[in-house]
Amino acid sequence: MKEQIPIIIVLAPLVAALLSPLLAYFSRKLVRGTGLLALLLSFFSAFYALKHVLLEGTWSYSFGNWAPPWGIVYVIDVLGGTLAVLIATLSFLILVYAGEFFRDEKWLKEGGSYGLFLLIVAGLLGMSLTGDIFNLYVFFEISSLATYGLIATGGYRAVVASFKYLVLGTMGISFYLLGVGYLYALTGTLNMLDLAERIQPLLDSPAVVLAFGLMTVGLILKMAQFPLHGWLPDAHTFAPPPLSALMSGIVIKVPAYILFRIYFTIIGVGAGPLPQILQVLGVIAALGIIMASLLAIGQREFKRMLAYSSVAQIGYVVLGISLGNTWGLIGALLHMINHAFMKGCLFFVAGGYIYKTGEYSLEKLKGVYRQMPLTMGSFSIAALSMIGVPPLAGFFSKWYLILGSLEAALWPYVVVIILSSLLNLIYFFRVIENIYMQKTEKAQVTTWEKPELPWSMLIPILVLSLGIIVLGLSNEQIVTQVLQYALPGGGY
Amino acid sequence: MQEFLTEYLIYGLILFLFILGPYGMIFKKNLVKKLMSMNIMQVSVILFFLALGQKEGGTIPIDLPGLVGAPHYINPLPHTLMLTAIVVSLATLGVSLGLLLMIQKNYGTLEEDELLRRMNQ
Repeated sequence: MKEQIPIIIVLAPLVAALLSPLLAYFSRKLVRGTGLLALLLSFFSAFYALKHVLLEGTWSYSFGNWAPPWGIVYVIDVLGGTLAVLIATLSFLILVYAGEFFRDEKWLKEGGSYGLFLLIVAGLLGMSLTGDIFNLYVFFEISSLATYGLIATGGYRAVVASFKYLVLGTMGISFYLLGVGYLYALTGTLNMLDLAERIQPLLDSPAVVLAFGLMTVGLILKMAQFPLHGWLPDAHTFAPPPLSALMSGIVIKVPAYILFRIYFTIIGVGAGPLPQILQVLGVIAALGIIMASLLAIGQREFKRMLAYSSVAQIGYVVLGISLGNTWGLIGALLHMINHAFMKGCLFFVAGGYIYKTGEYSLEKLKGVYRQMPLTMGSFSIAALSMIGVPPLAGFFSKWYLILGSLEAALWPYVVVIILSSLLNLIYFFRVIENIYMQKTEKAQVTTWEKPELPWSMLIPILVLSLGIIVLGLSNEQIVTQVLQYALPGGGY
Repeated sequence: MQEFLTEYLIYGLILFLFILGPYGMIFKKNLVKKLMSMNIMQVSVILFFLALGQKEGGTIPIDLPGLVGAPHYINPLPHTLMLTAIVVSLATLGVSLGLLLMIQKNYGTLEEDELLRRMNQ
């Protein structure tokens, strides 16, 4: 059984997703329990796989015992394993939180919501483990289609936002597929490691540059990196809050992980067209960070502000990838983990606030700390971490990014990172000021009734904010014992 | 002539479809037309893969008695991959038609400018 762990990571949520509408017909508790159990199983399998990979090296699991490159393989290395553990952890917490939001009188709607959510997670886990570029496309589409469906459950405007996301997202993934087609035409293989060997003599040809360019553009759209981020604000604002947390925390990170795979596993460090591609990518990332932070300052709605903030934060990850040296890549990977926790906590708080008061705008947050002290305390921790206050988690990922920029002697990026921290401070402190220091309106409630939110919502909020503190304090262990081994042999 | 058809014209036509897709998505106002343009773009990628698998003088990749050896059959792998891509495209079409049904029910229109006007009221 232990050899089948790689497939269990993906299979558990997949089977639970397919069973969810059926189970919802019989009992609501059953469908929720099955979903949570499946994600817990997935989490333990991913954790075991990561430990195994850290101790014994890359784990290659061939489907149906067809050896690569003829068969499809899951190649779990430290990077994929870390991402799988992150996805499993965060989606378990989000599913716990989502209980109130997915509840509905119609059994089909509730079962369908759980089923779609588990499909998204199954797709993401498959993406992080696979070693085949076409299999990546299949899992990406599984996850994306379920996302389009689940966003649309959020109300009238959510359906239009979901349609916009569908059309743009499909366009993006078609670009990626065309890039895969080019690579298949050039080398005849779809397996990532085999492709890495066969593409080496061809790296200077225009076809290869075009292929990687097409894949990059497609993934930039799916990541919501700055010029191609148009779908993200609407999708995040109108989607149900647990789905916003999942999207901001994980769904836009996995394409960045795929970029990492393409650039450093397939092309190889510093080879062929990579330095020029990374240069352009760095400029785009830096522009994105500044522009998105400025756009976030101008927002008046809580979730919309957090959505633009996500566009800026994915810019950090892309900036780290574009630096290409050890500190930059560690900063990018650590920021993936940190931001998942921070943005998850922020969206949970936003969802809790909407659930409790039914209001959406930032103006109505005045004095709400009296009514929801624990929630707003977690918001403050997450906000301070986003700004980059030590010893919280956000500081360390920005620190590593700055170290990477210094090592590559790219001073503009240092300025961009520091400037964007100040911009983050502006829009987060505006909210904190509203929460703590403004007088409440006359008609608002000012007593604290415990629990201020249902326990299923409050406990994930507190766990995530505690997690931010723990991640910050233990970042050195994370970097030296896990992330260091995820790098492609040290970077240049 | 054959070389022109198989090495240049087919890819030219695929490129034309690949550009026609985004053109339709941007310039057409009806949501269903945008959807059809998205489908055109996906189809162009599918055709690209299929064009790679063709061989001169090759026949369908089913084992025919008397014809032995790879040069006699076209490459079946791109066709297999594209079956997956076609199914994905079909599922996307299904989801998007469901979304359009809901938009029609909620707002009463499928034209983009009218839809934006009704949404912002």
